[in-house]
Amino acid sequence: MNANRRYFLKVAGLSTFALTAGVGATVAKAVNATKEAGDGSYKASENAVHGKRFAMVIDTRKFQTKEDMLPIIEACHKFHNVPNIEGPKEIKWLWHDSFHHAFVDDTSPFIPEEVKNRPYFLLCNHCTNPSCVRVCPTKATYLTFQNLVAIDYHRCIGCRFCMAACPYGSRSFNFSDPRQYIKPEDLNHQYPSRMRGVVEKCTFCAERLELGQMPLCVEASNGAIIFGDLNDPESNVRQALAENFTIRRKPALGTEPGVYYII
Amino acid sequence: MYNSKYVIPGIILFVVIFTSPFWLNIFTPKYNYPELAKPVGPNGEALECIEPVEWMRANHMELLIEWRDAALRDEKRVYVASNGKEWETSLQKTCLQCHSDYDNFCKKCHDQNAVEPYCWDCHIQPQGNK
Repeated sequence: MNANRRYFLKVAGLSTFALTAGVGATVAKAVNATKEAGDGSYKASENAVHGKRFAMVIDTRKFQTKEDMLPIIEACHKFHNVPNIEGPKEIKWLWHDSFHHAFVDDTSPFIPEEVKNRPYFLLCNHCTNPSCVRVCPTKATYLTFQNLVAIDYHRCIGCRFCMAACPYGSRSFNFSDPRQYIKPEDLNHQYPSRMRGVVEKCTFCAERLELGQMPLCVEASNGAIIFGDLNDPESNVRQALAENFTIRRKPALGTEPGVYYII
Repeated sequence: MYNSKYVIPGIILFVVIFTSPFWLNIFTPKYNYPELAKPVGPNGEALECIEPVEWMRANHMELLIEWRDAALRDEKRVYVASNGKEWETSLQKTCLQCHSDYDNFCKKCHDQNAVEPYCWDCHIQPQGNK
């Protein structure tokens, strides 16, 4: 009787061990298994510049003539494959205009000649409350997690509601294929162009921020254009705003534009 | 059976015509993948794609659409492949750096399969191995 019991316990113990070892081996195999093909995952770049409210501060005193601005505009337009089209069908990401065109709210006709005659950089303001995003019927234009106003050209149907909604004229429509205005050897192969029938504008170089680089105009400006996070009290833009009096374009509209001008 | 000299050949003819796709398929030559210009390294060695070739051949279009949404909508611009290697989710900056011969790579297969992707309306085609 005792021998039988001992035999039974031996067999039971061995089988339990065998079973658990088998299960353990399969579990271990499943944990260590190499991923199936195409089972990749996505993550943000570790170098990315992070911010919740990016803003740009432009020191307009450092751009007295249009010639001062050309290299910066060229740096932007060349990299982003922006075509150079004359006339009303022009495409522009970064451009300039006179004081009274840029700051229409300023009603004083008596401003210093020097301020009045200076050209002013204009670009997408990347508003906190962007009217263009509200009107887009396809959500092709949207606010990114970093609160930049971005366009997904794959999704844009070219209805131009956003152009009507933007109070700053920052958006351009491709009336024809933009490639025919760019020489093939001038195309930047690191960045796409656009196609006929989509709206385009400045992106605050979101693709560069993602890789930890500053926007191209900021890099080309030798410190005359400052870029950073408004929500960070220690940031360079906050310091520049604390030290200088700045104005924004059409503040009364409540869009909260993100481009500040030191006059 | 009435009219059996018409009915029986009729049935046989019907069966032959009805199953003709199977017969024709047996006698047509097998589909051949076109000869593609596979990317080579600086010393002429074969390069590995981000995922196994068989998988890429079948699924590259879905992968590209995933990449687009990851980069634009989720702001995740790094793809961690199944073998753990990391790549920037960019058609022009990642794929086309190796696949630099448009005519002998993308176009050949797309033409043979009669698909016309509209990638190249915006994205700039590689200019071949010039």
